[in-house]
Amino acid sequence: MRLEPIDKPSLARSLLPPVTALGATVAIASFLAMLAGANPFSVFGLILNGAFGSKFAILETLNRATPLIFTGLAVAVAFRAKFWNIGAEAQLYAGALLTVLLGTGLLPWPSIAILPTLALFSILAGAILLLVPALLKTRFGVDEVVTTLLFNFIFLLFVSMLLEGPLKDPMGMGWPKSARLLPEARLPRLVDGLRLHWGFGLAILSAISVWVVQSRMTLGYEMRAVGLNRQAAAFAGIPVNLVLVKTALLSGGLAALAGFSEVAGLKGSLTLDLSPGFGYTGIIVAMLALLHPLGVIFAALFVAGIFVGADSMSRAADVPTYLADIMLATALLLMVLAIMLTRFRIVRN
Amino acid sequence: MSKSSVEALCLNAITKCFGELTANDAVSFSINKGEVLALLGENGAGKTTLMNVLFGQYTADSGTVSVFGQILPPGNSRAALDAGVGMVHQHFTLADNLTVQENITLGTRPLSSLKLNYFKTRSKILRLAKEFHLSVSPDARVGSLSVGERQRVEILKALYRDVKVLILDEPTAVLTPQETNDLFATLRLATTLGLSIIFISHKLHEVMAIADRVCVLRHGKKTGEVLIKNTDRDSLAKMMMGAESKSPQVLPSKSGPALLELKDVVTPNIGSAPGLKSVDLALKSGQIIGLAGVSGNGQASIADVVGGLSKPITGEVWVNGVAVENWSPRDAVNSGIARIPEDRHSMGSIADFDITENSILERYNTALFSRRGWLDWQSSRAFANRVIEKYDVRCPGVDTPIRLLSGGNMQKLILGRALECNPTIILANQPVRGLDVGAVNYVHSQLLSARDRGAAILLISEDLDEVMSLSDVIYVISNGRLSPKFNRGKMTPAQLGVWMGGQGFDEEITHAP
Amino acid sequence: MEVLEIFFTASFWAAVIRISTPLIFATLGELICERAGVLNLGIEGIMVAGAFAGWMAVYSGTGLWVGVCVAMFVGMLFGFLHSLLTVPFGLSQHVVGLGVTLLATSSTYYAYRLALPEVTSPPKIDAFQPYDIPILSEIPFIGPALFSQTPFTYLAFGLVLVTSVVLYRTPLGLAVRAAGENPAAVAAQGLSVTKIRMGAVIIGSGFMAMGGAFLTMSAFDSFFFEMVNGRGWICIALVVFGSWRPGKALLGAVLFAAFDALQIRVQQTSLGSLMPYQFFLMMPYLLSILALIVMSRRAEVPAALMVPFNKGER
Repeated sequence: MRLEPIDKPSLARSLLPPVTALGATVAIASFLAMLAGANPFSVFGLILNGAFGSKFAILETLNRATPLIFTGLAVAVAFRAKFWNIGAEAQLYAGALLTVLLGTGLLPWPSIAILPTLALFSILAGAILLLVPALLKTRFGVDEVVTTLLFNFIFLLFVSMLLEGPLKDPMGMGWPKSARLLPEARLPRLVDGLRLHWGFGLAILSAISVWVVQSRMTLGYEMRAVGLNRQAAAFAGIPVNLVLVKTALLSGGLAALAGFSEVAGLKGSLTLDLSPGFGYTGIIVAMLALLHPLGVIFAALFVAGIFVGADSMSRAADVPTYLADIMLATALLLMVLAIMLTRFRIVRN
Repeated sequence: MSKSSVEALCLNAITKCFGELTANDAVSFSINKGEVLALLGENGAGKTTLMNVLFGQYTADSGTVSVFGQILPPGNSRAALDAGVGMVHQHFTLADNLTVQENITLGTRPLSSLKLNYFKTRSKILRLAKEFHLSVSPDARVGSLSVGERQRVEILKALYRDVKVLILDEPTAVLTPQETNDLFATLRLATTLGLSIIFISHKLHEVMAIADRVCVLRHGKKTGEVLIKNTDRDSLAKMMMGAESKSPQVLPSKSGPALLELKDVVTPNIGSAPGLKSVDLALKSGQIIGLAGVSGNGQASIADVVGGLSKPITGEVWVNGVAVENWSPRDAVNSGIARIPEDRHSMGSIADFDITENSILERYNTALFSRRGWLDWQSSRAFANRVIEKYDVRCPGVDTPIRLLSGGNMQKLILGRALECNPTIILANQPVRGLDVGAVNYVHSQLLSARDRGAAILLISEDLDEVMSLSDVIYVISNGRLSPKFNRGKMTPAQLGVWMGGQGFDEEITHAP
Repeated sequence: MEVLEIFFTASFWAAVIRISTPLIFATLGELICERAGVLNLGIEGIMVAGAFAGWMAVYSGTGLWVGVCVAMFVGMLFGFLHSLLTVPFGLSQHVVGLGVTLLATSSTYYAYRLALPEVTSPPKIDAFQPYDIPILSEIPFIGPALFSQTPFTYLAFGLVLVTSVVLYRTPLGLAVRAAGENPAAVAAQGLSVTKIRMGAVIIGSGFMAMGGAFLTMSAFDSFFFEMVNGRGWICIALVVFGSWRPGKALLGAVLFAAFDALQIRVQQTSLGSLMPYQFFLMMPYLLSILALIVMSRRAEVPAALMVPFNKGER
C-alpha cells in the first residue's frame, strides 16, 4: 500500500472523509450508549437539547467554550510551529494564580485599571512558564512533549501547595481555596441580565488577533515557515530559535488567559478543580479546527456543546459522562485520518 | 571467460505510470550471464523507476520481469532477492547504528529464527571480501565508514545473498576517479565469476569504459540498444538526448577584484563531515570558481560559511575588501550573496507554501516586502510574477503550492528569486542535480550570463564533468583542505583525481622544504 | 540521621523494586516502539486500560495470570490502533498518541462506570502475593529486598532479559533496530517495514498495559481513577535516560523508584515535616526533567524516530 498525493482534490474528495468521520463517531457513540442500556436517539437528543435547547443551555455552552477557545488557540499556535505544547493546563493555572495573587486585595484599583493589569500579568505568567520548556528545547534539545506534560503535574502541586498555605482563604472554613476577587476585579457581563461574561468577548477577539498575525504579519509568516520546514527556514535566514521562543510566549500567554477568564469572569476564586482538563481538551479543539484560529471558535463551541450536553444527558439517561470524552477522542483520531484522505489517495503498490 | 548466451534477466514491455506521468513506456531488454549492460539516460529518463520495478519496490502497470526464465511476482522485493537480483541504490540503504556484519545479515535469516550465526556469517563475509578484493572490517560501525567503504558494504550485501544480477544505480557519483577504477575492476572480476551487471549511469565515458552493451532510455521510452564495440560517444549522446538543446558555449572571461574571500578559515566538523582546515579562497568578479571533490569532504562546510549559516572559529570572511563582523544568512543576503542550496526540497523551498511565499523567503522582512511587521502581499505577488515570467517557471500561477512544480521548475524559481536581486556573488551548490537536460542547460547559461555581468560564482558539484566544463578556475576539496588553484584547460581528470583522493595533499606535505 | 537510616532497611529496597516494576514494563514497552521508529504517546492511557482490564478480569472470576494476559491483550489492541494510524497511514505520531491516551482513558472510565455502577469505594480482588524464592530469599538484606517480590515483578525482570536478548541477538531484533534507524535499509533487504513497526508497537503496548495491570493486581488490589498519575510520561523520559537500551532502562527505572520511595519515607521523618507534602510529590517529575536534560546530547536516538516511511517515495 502506498500514499500518493492528489494535486487537485475534488469537492467530494474534500468533504466526504470528514463527514464520514463525524458519522462514524456518532455511530460508535450510539453503540456505546446502547451498551449502557440507553436509546441512542434519545441520548443524542438529550445532548443536543442540553447544549443548545434553551437559553440557559446556550449560555452554559458559551461559557464552557470560552476557556476552550483560549487553550485551543494556544495549542493551535504552538502546533503550527511544530512546538508540541501539551502544558496548556499548567499555563492556565499560572494565569489563574496571578489573577488571584493580584486581584484579591493587593491592588485596590478601579476596574478599568485592574482588569487589564490582571490580564497582562496572567499572560506574562503563562508565557514565562512555557518559556522554560522552550529554552530547554532550543538550548539543550530536550523534547518539549514530555517537559510540558510533566510541568502540568508539577505546577498543579505547586498551586495546591499555595492554596493550602499562603493563599488559603481565611474565611474559607479550611477548604483549599483562595480568597475571593474584589468586585472591581471581576469581568463584567457581556450583556446585562445574561450569564455570559466578557471573557467570551476577549476570546473571540484573541482568535481574530491570532488570525491577523498569522496571515498578515511577518511573525505569523515566520511561525508557519518554521513549522512547515525548519531547515529551509533556517537556510533562508529566519531566526528559528527566536521564532520558537516567540511562539512559546504567545501560546503560553493565550492559555493563561483561559485561567484569567475563568477566575475573573466565572468563578471569582481559585480552587484546584478550576479546570476539568481544559488544557488537554484544547488539543482536541485545535486539531478539529485544523489549527486555524477562526476554526478554533467553532471547534470550541462544538466541543463545549458536547460536554455540556453530555452532563445534562447523563443526569437524565444514566449514561456515564465519559461518553463525551470517548466521542471526542474518536472524533480526533478519525478526523486526522479523514484529513489525510482528502489529500492523498491509497494506491496499491 | 567469454560471455555465455544464457539469458539471466529479461524485462518485457514494462509500463509504469504515476498519475499522468508515464515513467516507463513499454520498455524491454534482456541481459545474459556474465554481461555488463549499461542503462543510459539523463535525469528523469526513467532508469531508477525501471530498476525499482525490477527490484519489487514498485509494481508495473503491465509487463513482466523474469530471472533465468522464471517470472518474478511483481512488487515483491523478497522474491527478487531470492531469485538472485541485488541492487546497490544511489542513496545507500545502510543503518548507521549497526555494524557492517549486521547490515549484511539483515533480512537474510527468517524473523522467527533465534540465531544469528555470528561466526559462520563472519567467515562468509571475509571470504567474499577476499574473493572480490573488497576490504571491509565486519565489526566496524557503518556510521563511521567513508563513502567508498559504504559502497563496498552495499556490494557485499548483494554478494552475500548469492546475487546473480547486480544492479548499480549511479555508483560513481560519490567516488574519486581512482575509486571508480577500483570499482570497475571489481565489476569485471565479478563478471568472470558469472555475475551479470546492470550499470545505470548518465556518464558517457564510463559507459563506454565498462559496458558490453548499452540500452538507452529517454522520456520513459527505449530509444536504442547497441553493443559498445559498435558505437561511440556521439551516437550514444544523440540517443540519450535527441537533437535537443545544446550545452551553452563557455567563452573565456576577464576576472576582476576579489568580491568574497575566506582567509585562513577553520570550522568545526559537522558530524562525520570534516570542517575546514585553514582554507584560503578568493571569489573574483567575472569568474566561475569550481569546487571539485567527493561528497562529504567539506563542501557543506564551505557552503555554510559562504552562505552565512556558520561562522569560522578562526580566520576571517572578507566581503568587498572588508572583514565582516556579524555573519548570518541575512548578512550574507544583504552583502549581495545569492545562494542556491544543494537540496531544493529540504533547504531551498517550503513545500506547502505557495510560489509567492517561497519567493520572499529570504527577503520577507526587508522594506521590499514588509513594513514594521506587516507583510505587503501586493508587492510580494508582483515580485513572484516577475520571477516566474522572466525565468520560465511553468506553473498555474503564483498561488500554486510549490510542491506541485517539477524539479526543474522549482530550481528555476530558486535561481530566479536569487538572481532577480542582482547579486554580485553566487553560491551554486549542486545547481543541476536531478534536472533534465533542458533545465540543466538553462541553469548553466544563466550562471554564465551572471558571470559575464561581473558576478563571482562558487560552483560546488559532485559532477566532475560539470565543474571542468564550466569553471574558470578549479580547487579540489578533500577532508576540509583546498588544493592549489588549477586554471581552465590546464588539468586533466586524472590529475584532479589525485587531489580528490587526498594523495596530492600528502605529497605536498612530504615535498615541503 | 533519620534520612540515611532509611537506606539501610531492607523494606526500603523491597519497596523500590516494587515501585519500579510498572515503570520497567512500561519503559520496556516504549523502548521497543521507539527502537522501531515510532513514538507512542498512548502509553499513559494504555497503562490505565491495562490496569482496569486485568483487574476486571480477576474481579469477574478468572485467575491472576489470565488477568495479566487480558491486560496485555487490551494493550495490544490499542497498540494496533496506534500503529495502524501512524505506520501505514503515516499520521502524526504526536496527535495519534495523545488521541489514543484520551480514548483509552475515557473508555476505561466508561467501562468501569458501566461495570460497577453503584460502588462508592473501589472493590478489592485477591492480588498477587509475594513469593519467596527458596534459598535466595534467605540471604540477609538482599534476600527480602530482591527475592521476596510477587511473581509479577519477577516477570518484569525476566522480560528485560528476554527483550535484551531478542533485540541484540536475533534476526527480529536486528530488523527492529534497523527499522528505527533507516527503514530504507530494511525494505532494501526484502523485509516489510510496516509489519516490523506495527509488530513492535503492538508488543510494546502489550508490555505497557502489563505495567498498568501491576498497579491493580500486585501493588494494590483495586482500581481507582487517577491511578497511573503520569507514570507513562515519566517512562518516556526514562527511555531517553536509558539510551534506548533495556539494561540501562532497567537501571533508570530502579533509580527513579528509589527516589520515589525515598520521598515517601522522608515525608515521615523530621526533615519531612519541614516541607509541605506537595514538594515531595513534585520530586519524581522534576527528576524526570533533570534526567532528560542530562541525557540531552542524545547521540543514540534512533535516527528514523517519528519519520514515517513511504515505500518507494519519489
